[in-house]
Amino acid sequence: MTNHWNDIQHADVIMILGSNAAENHPISFKYVNLAREKRGAKLINVDPRFTRTSATADKYARLRSGTDIAFIGGMINYALQQGRIQKDYVVNYTNAAFLVNPDFKGPADLDGVFSGLNGNKYDKATWSYQLDENGVPKKDTTLQDPNCVFQLLKRHYARYDMETVCKITGGDSKEYEEIYDLYTSTCSPEKSGTIMYAMGTTQHTYGSQNVRAFAVLQLLLGNIGVAGGGINALRGESNVQGSTDHAALFHILPGYLQAPKASQQTYQKYLEDNTPKNSDPKSVNWWGNYPKYATSLLKAWWRDVDPEKSYDYIGKYDDDVNYSTIPIIEQMASGKIKGLFCWGQNPAVGCPSTRLVRRALAKLDWLVAIDLWETETAAFWQPEAGVDPASIKTEVFLLPAAASMEKEGSISNSGRWAQWRWKATEPPGDARDDLYIMSELVHRVKHLYEKESGVFPEPILSLSWDYAKAGMDPSAHHPDPREVAKEINGFFLKDVVINGTAYKAGQMVPSFALLQADGSTCSGCWIYCNSVTDTENRLMRRDNSDPTGLGFYHNWAWCWPVNRRIIYNRASVDLNGKPWAKDKPVIWWDGLKKTWLGDVPDGGGAPGAVHPFIMVNHGHGQLFSPGMTDGPFPEHYEPLESQVPNLLSKQQESPVIARYDKAVQEKVCDPMLVEGAAACVFGSPDKDRFPIYCTTYRVTEHWQAGQMTRWLPWLGELVPHMFVEMSEELAKEKQIRNGEVVRITSIRNQEGILAHAMVTPRFKPFTVNGQTLHQVGMLWHFGYKGRVTGAIANDLTPLVGDANTMIPEYKAFLVNIEKVRR
Amino acid sequence: MTEYIKLIDLTKCTGCRACQVACKNWNDLPAESTGFTGSLQNPADLSYNTWCLIRFDEIQNGSGMNWIMRHDACMHCEWPACVKACPSPGALVRTDTGAVVHDPNYCIGCKACTAACPFDIPRYSAEQEKIAKCTLCYDRITDGRKPACVTACPTGCLTFGSKAEMLSKADARAAEVQGVVYPRNPKYRTNVLYIMPRAIDVAQLQHTNPNPKMPTTILWWKNLFKPFTLIGMGAVAGAAMLHYMVRGPHEPHGPEKKEGGE
Amino acid sequence: MNVSRRGFLKLAGGTLAAAGIGASVGVKSAHARPSKIRYAREVPTVCPYCAVGCGIIAHVSNGKVINTEGDPDHPINRGSLCSKGSALYQIPNNDKRLSKVLYRAPGSDRWEVKSWDWALDKIARNIKDARDKGFVRTNAKGQVVNRVENIASLGGAGLDNEEVYSLVKFKRALGLVYLEHQARI
Repeated sequence: MTNHWNDIQHADVIMILGSNAAENHPISFKYVNLAREKRGAKLINVDPRFTRTSATADKYARLRSGTDIAFIGGMINYALQQGRIQKDYVVNYTNAAFLVNPDFKGPADLDGVFSGLNGNKYDKATWSYQLDENGVPKKDTTLQDPNCVFQLLKRHYARYDMETVCKITGGDSKEYEEIYDLYTSTCSPEKSGTIMYAMGTTQHTYGSQNVRAFAVLQLLLGNIGVAGGGINALRGESNVQGSTDHAALFHILPGYLQAPKASQQTYQKYLEDNTPKNSDPKSVNWWGNYPKYATSLLKAWWRDVDPEKSYDYIGKYDDDVNYSTIPIIEQMASGKIKGLFCWGQNPAVGCPSTRLVRRALAKLDWLVAIDLWETETAAFWQPEAGVDPASIKTEVFLLPAAASMEKEGSISNSGRWAQWRWKATEPPGDARDDLYIMSELVHRVKHLYEKESGVFPEPILSLSWDYAKAGMDPSAHHPDPREVAKEINGFFLKDVVINGTAYKAGQMVPSFALLQADGSTCSGCWIYCNSVTDTENRLMRRDNSDPTGLGFYHNWAWCWPVNRRIIYNRASVDLNGKPWAKDKPVIWWDGLKKTWLGDVPDGGGAPGAVHPFIMVNHGHGQLFSPGMTDGPFPEHYEPLESQVPNLLSKQQESPVIARYDKAVQEKVCDPMLVEGAAACVFGSPDKDRFPIYCTTYRVTEHWQAGQMTRWLPWLGELVPHMFVEMSEELAKEKQIRNGEVVRITSIRNQEGILAHAMVTPRFKPFTVNGQTLHQVGMLWHFGYKGRVTGAIANDLTPLVGDANTMIPEYKAFLVNIEKVRR
Repeated sequence: MTEYIKLIDLTKCTGCRACQVACKNWNDLPAESTGFTGSLQNPADLSYNTWCLIRFDEIQNGSGMNWIMRHDACMHCEWPACVKACPSPGALVRTDTGAVVHDPNYCIGCKACTAACPFDIPRYSAEQEKIAKCTLCYDRITDGRKPACVTACPTGCLTFGSKAEMLSKADARAAEVQGVVYPRNPKYRTNVLYIMPRAIDVAQLQHTNPNPKMPTTILWWKNLFKPFTLIGMGAVAGAAMLHYMVRGPHEPHGPEKKEGGE
Repeated sequence: MNVSRRGFLKLAGGTLAAAGIGASVGVKSAHARPSKIRYAREVPTVCPYCAVGCGIIAHVSNGKVINTEGDPDHPINRGSLCSKGSALYQIPNNDKRLSKVLYRAPGSDRWEVKSWDWALDKIARNIKDARDKGFVRTNAKGQVVNRVENIASLGGAGLDNEEVYSLVKFKRALGLVYLEHQARI
């Protein structure tokens, strides 16, 4: 979230799409309703199905799964055609005025693709700006130059006229018109609109571009950085924000530093590649501080090693190879990964193509699952999984973990608030907290390398791991999360004087502005620097006063960066430091005291001194985003599996998606078939045999892969069974009655899975380009373990991911449904 | 003591069912073994162990539709038919907080209340040979806390406060959303009120009574046979006489295997 | 930790016992069991489900969690919760929770109960053996990569910050590149 939960109350229009917030983030509706009550705000919901969110919306419209860019593209076009943009904001704060390389061509010119397409990759040379002699982009602030971003954007989205959009989405033009009109009314500087989205947006082969489309729209309307605005990803797991911040992902290191690539053979090359330069004095170019953060991280991990050397300790990944979850599945299936840890994750239910995942687990030598419950993953070798245990040679460890109330530590919510949780009780029996478990493993692996040596032992032997309370032997005492929190924040490693202030070794670094590139500071995650001081762990703060009255709660817990509650808040004021919206200012300039008041301001200096988007190189919000792998403007493509041709261009699907399903088909599936398991059949979608769009989702009463809810009697009572929702029309066609058991099949799983049919008028067929198309939806919470059990929806989903993030396309694929005759 | 009202604003319910679980949590009620009901409503009906329930109604009107989710629990009547019908002193009591409370220590399991209630709320357990229902969390409200369901409600659908405050709040909110307050019947007052959304008639919703009133049989019974109730055991037979069929639970469609809960 | 509690209803807390004359409507009060949490210790926690970050109070008595409910002081949820958060009590109080270290030998059809020492030593041995065997010094291009490709780690979104940070540190020190969690699915 650029903003935070309480801030939703300041919105004038709230648009929920790609999210079912009422069901999956129910507390958000406290603030949706507050905005409606206090500001007369309107709620828009756009969704393929009529959900509990739709039920309370002021305006609801439908779109076919996977056509969000068409819908938002239509709205961008509407805003540009009707002049519904916040002009001053667009000119000064976005890159609308930047002049783009004249050789750049877009889908309007090249029938659906951008210039530079070479095979399934883009050469992005033409996706660049015309620079002046200082390397600063040339601008046309009149926005008239045909090569300026604004004109290119206009031309790109001119193709998204209402008729075309509705033909693609299957939506109703009258409803869309009303929604476009209502939402773009927030272009007025006093008004703001917020977009609340979740996995309905991201789980597509062009999921990142869906988010980009929101960003473009919000920048045009001047809705980023302001109260009641922003693009707000409603994150689904209690600490998925924190685990992303701390980089449990192959491509990053803590604080969104880049993981080193094979081509970056030296620390110096790594720093050069990742430290952007900018000679525009108004560009803060925050990443220019990269070496300070990277060095402080290396010093946090290997305190006594020179960073040039400890840089070698981190595994380098091959530049053009992806190591994310889908490739992990492929590598496991092909037998290359021998050992797997699952820390509270349940890939046998939650990953795409789970039949393949479970077969892949059987290829491991060993699996370590750390969990509160016996999960489907830990139990993949049991008869319930449909296998013969004797045939599975994997050794499995299932370690009992402590639950959230049985240990202490912090978690970061979707609004970036890091809040402490205290220990209420002991874990049951032999269960232990995860920090203890990993700490024990570190000490034992260290011990083995000390005793026996081994391959490249230095990174392990010299790893700093001293989390016991001061003065205690770290290998003999329980690690203290409060000590870890100090390392995450960072402290001085020697006595130094910075700008006249003396800091002693061991003192906490007060803010990341004081982190150093010379090895005199350590910080495990620079964005959390400022969270722990010498006197206080701010994550523990519980003062719920709200002196500004704007719902920032600056003294409740702490949020990154530096307790700033709304990021990019420099864009909430005009060039004179006056808030665009007088009744809900985020920050404002006190001319007498020469200081900013309100929220913690983004970037220093007086009004107008710096460009507001301090994290991007040129300091401007990016309507044109050359960093994307699949195009600087969002363009509509069809899901990998679709019934209809792309009505906008001849490019059916995104040209740059990585097809792991093909790799698995060629390398892995056939041997598995020989083994007698018809586990996976991939390849081109068979539109005739699988004519129905399917999407997967959650309900309020269960959570994710289900291990945290299906074992709870009260929640099992509420939703005891796997079901598939469908329209009355489809049910009639298939002679299915409400409640009957049906079989759902996909090309990957022709034996299919069973579910109860929930026949409801909340689903309706779509008319797309004159063709009637049916859509159904399934829960993905169920599995074969738990007090309540049911079929695994992901046994049907495709092994294909987003071109930028590799997040799987769970939200749109093709299936067939038949009644089970008994 | 202050008299309270629980106000249920149906324009704000998102059907998250926090109230349903919070009720079980506070009152230590076990989960039921549930089946697939064909909708999200589960358990299908109130029971001895389910004192409040979100009922889901899909109402199609023209091209659009309303999906109404309704918190259904005891209405805490001002002149409760259940109390009137109850032959066992102390088993059902209307307190001056407005809460109508049952006490299992005095309940003789005669089911007179289940027959008398105009809202079909008290539920009988053959195993326990007693009835149970929502108590408006009498033990919480006399301890300075809101009822568990109200505490849990995230959207502002359930609110709780003094009678005077909530009555004026109900009127104001009904006017604002152009809906009505239900039941707002001068002849039949309750300490639980609903805001019905515009375009929704209470008769369209399952398990409601558009015209709640004290059953005349109760008045007749009370006047004629009151001496017997004081004597005691005659009540059981008397109550059986009065018993009429209440709306039965929804038959679960679908599979024979019931997997839900414990 | 500073937990301030405000009673919502300004009431006299006492429960007045009613005489056994409840059959008539005019009775003023009833027996209420004493509130089960009145003397419990309150421990603030944050909901482990979605990322709204709602505050929850765990009521603890004799070391056991006897009740959980929304934290009325929490600026986001103000005491409210959803159905999942309201069911939290059933996580610490659940007979299906794992309470023993379990091990399943290759080809076996059952779990065996093991000690922590036994399991941790064996896992540490597995890590070292796999790492030593599969360590990649240089890639096909001859670049020094110092990575481990035969061990993967999934998960972290359910861990605390201090844990997931330590997990990443541990795994990166081993040289892992297959390091992922729920944000990718």
